[in-house]
Formats: sequence, C-alpha cells, structure tokens
Amino acid sequence: MRRLFALLVLAAIVSLVPACAEPPSLVLWHSYRGEEERVLVELAKRYEREHGIHVELLGLPFDAYSAKLQAAVPRAHGPDVFIDAHERLGIYRREGVVAPVGDAVPPEDVASYEPTALDAVTLDGERWGVPLSTKSLALYVNDGVPAGAPDVYPLAYEAENPYHHAAVLSAFGGALLAPDGSYGFDDDASLRSVLYVHDLIAKHEIPGDANGALVKQLFASGRARTSIDGPWLAADLPPSLRYHVEPLPVVQETGRRMRPLLTVEAVMLSPSGARRPEARAFARWLGGADAALVRATEAHQVVASEPAWHDPRIAGDPLLAAFHEQARAADPMPTSTRMRAVWVPVQEAMRRVFRGEDARVALDDGRRRFEDALKPPPPPPSPAPLAIALGVLALVGALFAVRRARAPAFRQELRESRTAYRYVAHAAVVVFVLVVLPLAAGALTSLFAGTRADPRYVGLGNYLAILTARGGSLLGHGSFYVTLFVTVLWTVCNVALHVTIGVALGVLLSRPAMRLKSFYRVLLVLPWAVPSYVTALAWKGMFHRQFGAINAILSWLGVQPVSWFSHFSTALAANVVTNTWLGFPFMMVVTLGALTSIPREVLEAAEVDGATRWQRFRGVTVPLLKPTMLPAVVLGSVWTFNMFNVVFLVSGGEPDGTTDILVSDAYRWAFTRDAQYGYAAAYAVLIFLILAAGSRLLTRVGGEATT
Amino acid sequence: MRRLESVLAHLAVIAGVVFAVYPLLWVVSVALSPGAMSSHPRALPWPESPSLDAFADVLGVRDGRSAVFARQVVNSLVVSLATAAVAVAVATPAAYALARFRFVGKTWGTRTLLATQMFPAVASAVPLYLLLEAMHLLDSRAGLVLVYASTAVPFAIFQMRGAFDAIPVDLEEAAMVDGATRAGAFWRVALPAVRPAIAVTALFAFMSAWNEFILAATLLSREAAFTLPVVLQRYVGEHDTAWGPFAAGAILVSVPVMALFYIAQRQLVAGLTAGGVKG
Repeated sequence: MRRLFALLVLAAIVSLVPACAEPPSLVLWHSYRGEEERVLVELAKRYEREHGIHVELLGLPFDAYSAKLQAAVPRAHGPDVFIDAHERLGIYRREGVVAPVGDAVPPEDVASYEPTALDAVTLDGERWGVPLSTKSLALYVNDGVPAGAPDVYPLAYEAENPYHHAAVLSAFGGALLAPDGSYGFDDDASLRSVLYVHDLIAKHEIPGDANGALVKQLFASGRARTSIDGPWLAADLPPSLRYHVEPLPVVQETGRRMRPLLTVEAVMLSPSGARRPEARAFARWLGGADAALVRATEAHQVVASEPAWHDPRIAGDPLLAAFHEQARAADPMPTSTRMRAVWVPVQEAMRRVFRGEDARVALDDGRRRFEDALKPPPPPPSPAPLAIALGVLALVGALFAVRRARAPAFRQELRESRTAYRYVAHAAVVVFVLVVLPLAAGALTSLFAGTRADPRYVGLGNYLAILTARGGSLLGHGSFYVTLFVTVLWTVCNVALHVTIGVALGVLLSRPAMRLKSFYRVLLVLPWAVPSYVTALAWKGMFHRQFGAINAILSWLGVQPVSWFSHFSTALAANVVTNTWLGFPFMMVVTLGALTSIPREVLEAAEVDGATRWQRFRGVTVPLLKPTMLPAVVLGSVWTFNMFNVVFLVSGGEPDGTTDILVSDAYRWAFTRDAQYGYAAAYAVLIFLILAAGSRLLTRVGGEATT
Repeated sequence: MRRLESVLAHLAVIAGVVFAVYPLLWVVSVALSPGAMSSHPRALPWPESPSLDAFADVLGVRDGRSAVFARQVVNSLVVSLATAAVAVAVATPAAYALARFRFVGKTWGTRTLLATQMFPAVASAVPLYLLLEAMHLLDSRAGLVLVYASTAVPFAIFQMRGAFDAIPVDLEEAAMVDGATRAGAFWRVALPAVRPAIAVTALFAFMSAWNEFILAATLLSREAAFTLPVVLQRYVGEHDTAWGPFAAGAILVSVPVMALFYIAQRQLVAGLTAGGVKG
C-alpha cells in the first residue's frame, strides 16, 4: 500500500514536469491519416531542407479537430497553418479561426489552380485558403459486368443520403441550400428529383435503404454494375476487381448531367499565422505544383494545382484523372453555417417519400423543420429585470446569512466546525475552482445567443424557447417534452436492467458453493475495462442490418433480419442493450461488495426458521442490500440520463433523431444546428434541474437520505 | 435438488459471461483480421486469415514510431496515476470529515457535490479551457490531471465517505481515549481500515483518466504529449475507419486495466461496500 502511494506521488510530481522541446518555427495542424499523413511529413522535411524553416506537424483525431481549432485559435494557442475542408470556412470565419491568405495566392498563381477549387475558398472577394485537393462523388463502373446483366442492379448508391442526392437534384436544376442561404429542398425541382429516385427504387433499378457498406458490397461482388461513390471507395475494393471511374452520368428525364457536391481541402491560416510571411510562403509552397505532384503520386490526392496535371504520372492515372474531370463539373459545398442544419430535414423528407407518404407534405415539413432549427434568437431584452431579481435575491440571502451569523448558537457551531474544515478545506477549494466555477460559467452562457466572439444577451429567452417547443406543438417532433420522455424511458430501462442483471449475478456469484467464482468475476467485469468508445462502435457493427452478428444469429435461429435503426423501438432497444452491457458490471460489483457485509448468521438463522429461499431473499438480502444499492442507483441513473456516448455512437439518434436523449440533443444544438451554444447550455441547465429534482424524489421514495 | 440448483446457477452465470465476452471477441477478431471489415454476416467471431499486422501498426513497429508510442504510453500512465493520486489525496480527508464530523455547511456542501454530478460535462469544456489558460497549464500533463480531477474528485468523495461510514467509529474513539489525537486516529486507525476502498477509488480515477480522449485532444497540442486514447481516435476518419488498428489499439489500451482489475479483485469487492451497513 505504501509503495503504491509512493508511486502515485511520484507520478503526480512527474506530471508537473513540462515535457517541452524548443519552440518550432511553424506549427501545422491536420487530421490526415495513413498515406496522406506520411506524405505531409515528408513534404515538411523537404521544406525544411530547401527553405530552412522547420514545420512542426500535429495530427489530430478528426472527431476533435474542429472543436479544438475553435477553442485554441481565437485565444492564440492554435497553429499558424492548418488543413481543413472549405465548407468549414463559414463557421471558422464567424469564430475568428481563419484569416485571409493574402499573398499565399498571389495574382500570378490564380491561373494555376483549378477554378472551381479556388472559387470554393473565395468568400466576399477574399481568399481564405490555398486549395490542396478536391473530393467529390463520381461513377464507379465494374468492367466485368455487362450492361443489362440479369439480377444485377444497374446502379447502387446511398439513395437516402442527402449528400448523394444533391447530385441527382442538380440534374433537375435544384440545390439543397439556395445561394441566399434559404432552404432549397422544397421546390418543384426537389419534388421531381425525389419522385424520380422513388420510381427507380420501385422499379428495382437501384436498391432501397442502401448504406455505404451495402453499396460497397454490391459493387465489389458484381451485383451492382455501377456505383456512385467517393475516392475513399477505391481503397476498399479488392485488387482483383476490374473497374474504372468516370464522371457522373446524364439523368435521362431532364437531359442534364449530375453535378456532385465538391469538398476542397485547403491550407488555411490562423489570424496569427496570416501575419507571418513564412507561414504564407509555406502555404503557397504546399499548394504549389511541386508539392502537388508528390501529393498526387504518393498520397493519391486529386490535387487542385493545374500545372501538376501536365505531369504524365498523374494525368496517366485513370482514377485520379476521372475524379479530376469530375471536380471541374461539381458544385462546391456551401460554406454557410446554415448548411449544417440542412442534412437532417432533407434526409427525413426523402425517407418519408420513399416510404410512400405524400411528397409535397414531406418536403414542406422538411423546410419547416429547417427554419424552426434556425429561428433567430429572440431580440435582446434589457438585462435590468434579471439583474434586479438577482440583486434582490442576493440581498435577501445576505440578510439571512447575517441574521444567522449573529445567533450565538451558530457561532458556537462554527467554532466546533473548525476541525472539520481542516479536513475539507482543500477539497472544497478544488471542487469550487475546478467543478463549480466552470459549470457556473457554462450555465451563464445559457443567457446568451449568437456566436462566441459576439454573444448577445437574451435573458431567459433560450429557456422560454425550449419550454414552449419554439412555438411549435409541445408534443411535436424534437420538442423538449418528447425528448425528455425518451430520456426517462431510456434511463428507466437501463437502470432496471443494470440492477436486475447486476444483482442476479452478484447473488449467484456469492453463493458459498459456487466454484470458479473468481474466474467468472474477471470475465464479467471485462465490459468495464475496455474503452466504451470502441465497444459502442463494436455494438453498432453487430446491429448492422446486412453484416451484423445479431442478424446473423437471428437468421441462424430462423428469424427474419431486423433493420435495427429504422424504427424507434428497435433502435432504442439496440441502445439499451449496448448500455446494459456497459453498465451491469458496476451494479454486480456493488452487489458483491454489499453481500460480503451481510453476516452469514442472519441468513442461516432465517433458514433455520424455515424461510423459503425467496422469503430469505425478500426478507433478508433485499433490505440489507438497499442502503448500498440506493446511492448506486441514484448515481447510475444520473450517469445514464447523461450517457452521451452510447446514444451518439450506436443509434446516432436514428431514426430521425427520435432516439436522441436530452444530452445528445443539446450536443446537436451546439454542433450541428448553426452552433447555438447558448441554447445548448440552456438544455444543460434544464437537465441539471430535472436531475436534481428527480434524485431528491428518488431518495425520498427510497426512504433513505444519501446526504 | 442442490445439484440441479448449482447447475442452473452455473448456467445463468455462463449466460452472463457469454453476453459480457461476445462483443469483445468481435473486437479481438477485427484486430486480428487484416483488411476491411467482414463483408458477409457471421454469427461467430472467427478472424479471417489472422495476422498481427494491426498490432504492429499501433505499436509503430513498421514505421519506426515505437519511441513516440512508448512516450505516449508513459504519458497515459503518468496522467492516470497522477489523477488517481490527486483524487485520493483530496477526497479522503474530506470524505472522513463528512463521515465523522458535524459542521456548518455540511448538508449544503454535500448537495452541491451531488449536484455537480448532474450537470452534463459538455457545458463546462470551454470554461475549463479558459481556466487552464489562465493558469498557464494548457498543453501540459498537470493541466490534464487537474481537468480529470474535476470529474474524479466528487466521485471519490462519495466513494470514500461510504467507506468511512461503513467502519465502526469505536476503534478511533478507543485510540483517542488512549491519547491519540484526532489526526492520529485518522492516520493510524481509520485510514488502514479503508485501504480496499482507497484502492478502488484510485482504480476508478485511474480508469476515467485512462480512457478519456475529447478533453485530452482539445487540451494537448504536441504529439509527444498525447495520451493513448487520442492516438487511438486518430484511426477514426470522416469517411472511413481503420478498424484493424483501432481494435488492436483498444485491446492494448485495455490490457493494463484488466491487469489492474485482476490484481485489485479482492479490494474491488470489499472496497465497493459503499455506504454499507454501519457498524
């Protein structure tokens, strides 16, 4: 024990030692992986050799990349240079993450970039990035399958995915988001495009409800002759497959060619980086023809530098050439932050049409949902009423405190408390500074709307909007009350299963005659030991409709495969199973611990008295377990209520956000619907209030106070 | 009758074990299968043409990055051990006071502590960032430890308070009658009695720090400073995930935790008697 403690203290000391090296000359952040990362490292080394400037690279997880840039750059802790997709420019400009590149794209370089790519990074007449490469969908054609072969889909693609549908929509003359930022998926072009695809599905010319994995499998196995997919598909196809890529075809109904959405990866400059000539020079070099040649030949990027394409090594690569040709006939993804709010309503509208509902109604509902999500925050009220209310509250509190402090009994108590304070003082400071302050600061954001850089005081407007379901139906889709109901259902199911399974296994394992006890025990706590972000994804894979192990087991038992994430009940079940798996070991261990403290004699005495096994369990074990289980159940409920990971990773809110719980909904407000941080914070405060009330109730009903 | 019952009990426990282990076998199978995820449904998690390539990738054997990986292992260990140390050191005396003394603000303090557990952590990420910035602890292991302590300490206090509640107060009183001070009773009598709980509390704090990646990725800005979960998360991309290394990395990351679980088994059971029957 003492040695362990010494080790812990040592670790604490080591953690204080800064692990810093000399300051680098230029800092570059990226989220490249594999080949792309390797080539970037190589290029940075080459740049140092040729130009004498050291470039320090930092590869970050894609999931955390954007949030990190938005946290670090405005406070001058970010990189000089970073690589990201152009569609983030909208939010980056708003949050002060990015600055114009200035002479990194001098006039003489303009002609050397792919015009579409350069357009994509040009906003309000200024360039906000140096284009590196482009990504878009194109048509994969299996050369081994003749056209018109029987039992083969002529085409397979993710028909329900708005990103893919945008290409079809373009052939009908529509766009998901109009140039003025208004919702585009409700006009005649949209209606015709979605009915056209519905018709194709009905005629079995394309598969319905196909996801990426199914499309890949259909194409790779020759059961689909063509597929609309991005460059990332090529890496997953078997080397033996004979195929080529060509630009997207013409839609016969309109006679127009499909234009996919184009993503341009670009070198961007942080405001501090943009002031450094060497950062601008490096950005220019990385986008230039020399570096582009390396990026294209070694990392297979569809580079945006035109001169690089004169090199036969790139021009002669049929895959690259095809995606390059497609990039010229593609529409850059809108950069507006409103684009992020488009995907969900569009997808839901399309799904409803494909299910056979009235298309006009479905499309109109989609627009309503989009506009509802982006409803501008209420006009700023005067802060006076709230300030006065807080002031009065503080005054009353102060008066109360003074009156109490004057009472002699209180002084006596305070004197007696002195010993205790010596024990709690440091914990109180730690908890106050590290926990209470940040939470209070977070709660305060709920009184604001607008961006982080330019917050606008709205008083209780955010709360009012949430509690009135933004003026919509209180029981409508995505309203606070519906989500709350789902959250409660989710929590009750989970905690009930955690406790039932945990107590059952705990009781079984504590049978004195049980053999192999410790062996079982170790295996049973394994779900706890493996990081949950990995196992949640493993469960998601197991629930996959076509390839998942669960459906494989079901079909082995003679049951029809279930499309787990298309219905609310099955999607919720999938989430609950995953979370039950993650959570039951804790309850089991708590039960085991509690049972060891039940004196054996009590149980034996009951047995002697002739109590049946069930009576003994009800009469002796349960009452003795209760004081231990109650705090565990309260804490477990609170954790489950806020269990963001599982919902987000397993069902992701599917179908259509119905399995979202309050926390994951708050996350969506903050990160996918136009970055409404204040609104998300108001959600967090409401969650807190509900939990605070709920746990008091729970402990009351339980008949025991945890405090 | 007894025999039948015992068989049934074993069957029930084995069902639980299968439920617990089956998904993990899939993780192992993916880690051992080179190439993409399986393209046809299977009920049994056998790897396809097994190889250890994914493990070699994670360990950096093939591209000579083993040194960086080793460094990241050390980071993870240091940060997690330090979090455990801070959590135990801060929480234990406070929990002792909550269990043994009456003092002004006790009820209020305990309620606040419980309340902090109810606030979704999403809300405090940005304020924590600003706090660390003000303390000049961004991009340092100490800063990360402080952030992790913010979640570990409240739970540790609950945990330890339960443990102190569960041991009889008589021993300490006897020691004090024999002339020991309150501090002496705390150090020499109470602390040794709650050793299992300390081990479990340390283990919990260790695990919470060991598996966290969002805050680590947000706060750390040098590859050499990264912890293992950040490294792992790098295998997840926008359009595709490198499942092999991701799964292999997950297994490597879990091995130390499993080892700790195995070692701490006894303590785990005894130590979680949180808030148990008062003596």
